[in-house]
Amino acid sequence: MMDRRRLLSRVTIALSGGIAALVGVPIVGYLLAPLVRPLPVDYVDVGSADAFHTGETTLVKFRDPSPLPWAGQLAETALWVRRRGETGDDAFQVFSVHCTHLGCPVNWRAEAGIFLCPCHGGVFYADGTVAGGPPERPLFERAWKIDGGRLLVKAQPLPTVQTKGS
Amino acid sequence: MRTVLRWFAERLELEDSVLAVLRHPVPAALERRIGWWYVFGSATLGVFLVQIATGVGLAMTYVPAPNSAYDTLQFISHDATLGGVVRGIHYWGAGAMVVLVLIHMSQVFLFGAYKYPREINWLSGSVLLLATLAMAFTGQLLRWDQDAFWAIVVAAEQAARAPILGDWLAKLVIAGQNVGGATLTRFYATHVFLIPAAMFGLLGLHLYLVVKRGISEPPEPGDRVHPSTYRERYAQLLRRGIPFYPDAAYRDAIVAFAAVVIVTVLALVVGAPELGKPADPTVVVADPKPDWYFLGYFSLLALIPRQAESVVIIGLPTFAVLYLFALPILFPAGERHWSRRPAAIAVVAIPFVAYAALTLAAYTPTWVPVLAADARVPDAVTRTLSEDERRGAQLFVGKSCFACHRIEGAGGRRGPDLSDVGARIPRDRIVQRILTGGGGAMPAYGGSMSPRDLEDLVAFLETRTGR
Repeated sequence: MMDRRRLLSRVTIALSGGIAALVGVPIVGYLLAPLVRPLPVDYVDVGSADAFHTGETTLVKFRDPSPLPWAGQLAETALWVRRRGETGDDAFQVFSVHCTHLGCPVNWRAEAGIFLCPCHGGVFYADGTVAGGPPERPLFERAWKIDGGRLLVKAQPLPTVQTKGS
Repeated sequence: MRTVLRWFAERLELEDSVLAVLRHPVPAALERRIGWWYVFGSATLGVFLVQIATGVGLAMTYVPAPNSAYDTLQFISHDATLGGVVRGIHYWGAGAMVVLVLIHMSQVFLFGAYKYPREINWLSGSVLLLATLAMAFTGQLLRWDQDAFWAIVVAAEQAARAPILGDWLAKLVIAGQNVGGATLTRFYATHVFLIPAAMFGLLGLHLYLVVKRGISEPPEPGDRVHPSTYRERYAQLLRRGIPFYPDAAYRDAIVAFAAVVIVTVLALVVGAPELGKPADPTVVVADPKPDWYFLGYFSLLALIPRQAESVVIIGLPTFAVLYLFALPILFPAGERHWSRRPAAIAVVAIPFVAYAALTLAAYTPTWVPVLAADARVPDAVTRTLSEDERRGAQLFVGKSCFACHRIEGAGGRRGPDLSDVGARIPRDRIVQRILTGGGGAMPAYGGSMSPRDLEDLVAFLETRTGR
C-alpha cells in the first residue's frame, strides 16, 4: 500500500502536470491552427483574360484570398502569367514568382525570353523549364480556368520543394 | 553610505548569496596570462545584457505589424532622439554576440573544458549558441524590408527540405499557408519573448554549473581527465585557489567593457544598416542578402553542387548540432591539452577558415546576375563598333548575356569573362554555345533568337579580342 508521503508526492506532480496540460493544450492548438487551416477559396480572380496578350508574360498582382486585417502590403501577392494562345487548355501558363531553388523572386527578361533569379543565378525558359543554375525543377505552375471572361488561378500555399506536380 | 550598504547587505543576506558566489574559488593558475582566455563567456554575457537593454528600448517604439513595422523602424533610425544609436548598438551587439559566443566555445573546446564533470555546461552552452543564432536571424527579419521578406521565404524553403516534417516546418516558419499578417507577429514574439525566455533559463543553468562545478583549470599536456579521481583533484586545486572576484573577474570586466565600447563605437561611427525597400511580395526586383555573419552560409547555398543541396541544407546543420551535443558524451575523459589533440585544432580551424572564405566570396559574388535596369556595355567598347556590331552589343545586354558575362570590367561574373572571346574561341563554337547553351548555367537561345540577332551578337563578340 502506498504510504502517505508518496501519495502526496504523486498528487503534487499530477496536479502540476494538469496545470501544464490545461494551459498547454489550448496554447499549442492556438499556435498550430493556422498551419492546418485550409485556404478559404479554390480560385482567385486575377483579371480579365483579354488583358493578357498572346506571346507575352506579365506580372499580375492581386489580393490574397484571406488577408488578416493588419496584413498591409502583405495582403497583395503576385504571379507570372504567360499567354500562349487565344483559346484552349494551354492558352495560359501561370507561374509562381518563387524560384524553385530557394524561393527568391524570379525576374522575367522579355527580350531574352528567360526568367532569372537574383539570388543564386537560376535561369528558366519562358515555359518554366530549367535553363541553368542551381534549380532542379521547373517553375511552380498554378492551375487556372476562364470563367465569364476572367482568368481565375488556383489558390495555393507558398510553393516549396514539397509542392507536388508542375 | 557605507553604513547604508552594510544595512542592505545584511538584510538581503548578500554575504551568503551574491558575494559568496562572486568570491567562489577558482584555480590559481587563472592568475597567469592564460587567464585571459577565460574571459569570453563573461564578454558574451555583457553584450547579451546590452542587447536586452537596447532591445527593450527598441520595443518601446517598434510596432510589430506588417503595415507599421517598417515605418516605426525608420522613425527609430532617423527621427527618434538617439534612436539610431540604440538600433546601431543592437545591430552591432548581435554580431558581437555571435562572434564572442563562437570564440568562447572554441576556447572551451580547445581547452577540453567540456569533459567530465562539465558536460552539461557544454550542452547548455551549445543550446545557447543555437539560441544566439536564432536571435540574430529573427532580429534581421523584424526590419521588414525586402531583404527580410525574402529571407523568410528562403528560410521556409529550406525548412521544407527536411524529410517527413518539411511541409509542417515551412508552414511553422511563415505561421500559415503564406507569408502574411501572422508571420511578423510570430517572429516578433519569438524574438522578444520565446527565445530570450529560453536563454534566461539556459543562462541560469549555465552560470549555476560554472559556479557549482568550478571553472576548469588550464590544461597541461599529459594531464588526463579521469572521472573517478577528477573531482577530488579539483577540490585539492581549489584549496590553493583564488577568489573569482576580484582576482579573476577584473579581466572579465576589462574584456566585456572593451566589447561594449567597440559595439558602441561601431554604432556611432558606422551605425545600423539602412533599411531596404519595404516588404512587398509583388515587387520581384530584389537582391536579398543576410547580415554579414550569415553571408558565408548564403555563399555555400550558391556554390554547392545541385545534387548535394538538400544534403548540405539539412545534413550539415544537423551534423553540426549532433556533433556539439554528442561531443561531451562521447569524449568525457582523457587528454585536454590542445597540443595533444591535433584533430580538435582542425575541427576549429577548418570550419573557421572555410566560413571566412565563403563570407569573403559573398562580397564579390560570382553567382549573382547583374539585373540593373540601366546595365550597358561600357562606352569605351561600343565607341569604335560598326552599326551591326553596336546592335550586337545592345543584344548582349537585352538577351541578358551581360547579366552573367563581363566585358571590359562590366557585367556579371557567373559565366566566363568575354573581353577576349573573339581571340579565344572560333566563331562556329561561339554560335554553337549561344544556340545550345551549356555549362550547367547558360540557357540555349536557339529557340528565341532570330538569324539576324545571332549574326549581330556574334559580330560584336568577335570584336572582343582583348586588345
